[in-house]
Amino acid sequence: MTRDEALAQFLLRMGDNTLILGHRVSEWCGHAPVLEEDIALANTALDLIGQTQMWLGLAGEVQGMGKSADDLAFLRDVWDFRNLLLVEVPNGDFGRTLMRQCLFDAWHSIQLGHLMTSSDERVAAIAAKASKEVAYHLERSADTVVGLGDGTEESHRRMQEALDYLWPYVGEMFQSDEVDAEMVKAGIAPDPASLRADFDALITRIMGEATLTIPDSAFGHKGGRTGKMHTEHLGHLLTQMQWLQRAYPGAKW
Amino acid sequence: MYAQMVKSEATQDDPEKLAAFQARIDRGEKIEPKDWMPEGYRKTLIRQIGQHAHSEIVGQLPEGNWITRAPTLERKAILLAKVQDEAGHGLYLYCAAETLGVSRDELTEMLLDGRMKYSSIFNYPTLNWADIGAVGWLVDGAAIMNQVPLQRTSFGPYSRAMIRVCKEESFHQRQGYDAIRKMAEGTPEQKKMAQDALNRLWFPSLMMFGPSDKDSVHSEQSMAWKIKMNTNDELRQKFVDQTVPQIEFLGLELPDPGIKWNEERGHYDYTDPDWSEFFDVIKGNGPCNTDRLAARNNAWKDGAWVRDGLLAHAQKKAARKHAAE
Ligand SMILES: [Fe+2]
Ligand SMILES: [Fe+2]
Repeated sequence: MTRDEALAQFLLRMGDNTLILGHRVSEWCGHAPVLEEDIALANTALDLIGQTQMWLGLAGEVQGMGKSADDLAFLRDVWDFRNLLLVEVPNGDFGRTLMRQCLFDAWHSIQLGHLMTSSDERVAAIAAKASKEVAYHLERSADTVVGLGDGTEESHRRMQEALDYLWPYVGEMFQSDEVDAEMVKAGIAPDPASLRADFDALITRIMGEATLTIPDSAFGHKGGRTGKMHTEHLGHLLTQMQWLQRAYPGAKW
Repeated sequence: MYAQMVKSEATQDDPEKLAAFQARIDRGEKIEPKDWMPEGYRKTLIRQIGQHAHSEIVGQLPEGNWITRAPTLERKAILLAKVQDEAGHGLYLYCAAETLGVSRDELTEMLLDGRMKYSSIFNYPTLNWADIGAVGWLVDGAAIMNQVPLQRTSFGPYSRAMIRVCKEESFHQRQGYDAIRKMAEGTPEQKKMAQDALNRLWFPSLMMFGPSDKDSVHSEQSMAWKIKMNTNDELRQKFVDQTVPQIEFLGLELPDPGIKWNEERGHYDYTDPDWSEFFDVIKGNGPCNTDRLAARNNAWKDGAWVRDGLLAHAQKKAARKHAAE
């Protein structure tokens, strides 16, 4: 694998995470528990889609095959996607959506912090812009997880269920392969495993405040970031997201 | 517009106070929440602002219907930003209504159990992607017709909310027009979508202004109070006059064979919408009434544990802070 091939894979991983999570969050539009949450969820989705345009735009450039961010988003099939499984699982109730957001935001903010000092200036520039938005996402999702975890009996129970359901998807964030090795060697991105300690410290603090118990299991589903095995859910998501582009090839929108 | 057929309340206040109040309005003064106001003025405004706020909220649904199917990342971002703006408009308007002594929760309950209405337009479906362009262009366009003059309405908080809202609405309208223009200039299939959207949404857009109000006593009172600034027919004509040249520029066919320039009047003639359809929609029999209201009710019901949880947490936090002091 050449350095550019590895870089393109890395950029797809970043962009596919924001694309798929942005899509999931946008499914809430008009259905949130309070108006302020509708606004906040739309805002989060909007930021994530904006970040997708940057990551996938750069991925297309590095691939050098004339593909735009839109081509990559709308014209690839499931096996081409490189997002974490965590972001493609269905929304579930509001608690699960916010728990997923919090787990992702925690990882994302740490990752972007490292990427801001990337040896690749283009990567560093995108990370600098995104990290401001993501710091805000994390503040919000963590506050909500704390509020609901330490709320009523019902909200506590639902948040614990959400954490139990999602925890097996956390491990994938910290798995490394030859793409990551190449990125570390080039000084472009950190080794995913090296983020674990910061993540654990942050999540332990948030879940502690939320009075929630982190499951005592190191098991982790995997296959999203390598593309080897996604969940069944991703295909349905793409069916909806890509429909117009697929049904009317070549049209300009 | 987003508040239709708002019945104004008769008022039984002291005639002297009423005259002084009317004089303030006639002088162009703004009425602020702490000022004396006739009970009818207050009630009519609650109804009108509440209906307007509900329309912003329910209006998220037909547009949200396409967010997950937006054809490009840019279009998805534009649509998300628009729907977020609409929710924000709902928020400003609920805040304006709250200054009149009604809470957002009370207004929400009245929407959910059908005691309060929202604009008839949001009971129509969005069936193809061009509808999203058409909604921005026609629906936001019609809303602006009404909201621009309402920036000068007599009630201060409402007027200030309208000033904020109008800036964003005209942006929505331009973006909607741009989206439908792309389609009108696109492939034959895209052009067909654009024409279909225009044909379906034209008359419902005209209905947004409400039936002709030339015989309505209610609207006379509201106009005297400057909470209604123009007659429905004036605004509808203005909308038609503005929109017909835009349709021609797009190269689409006119959605109504009755549209013709009338040299004598200096306006376009057009066919009046089918008002029996309008009254059906108002009564709850529009194509989407049941689904829209069910969606809002489910969101509220399913979100109860979230609202309760966050409230309980806030109370615990306050109690802990109190105990520590
Ligand atoms: Fe609006
Ligand atoms: Fe709007």
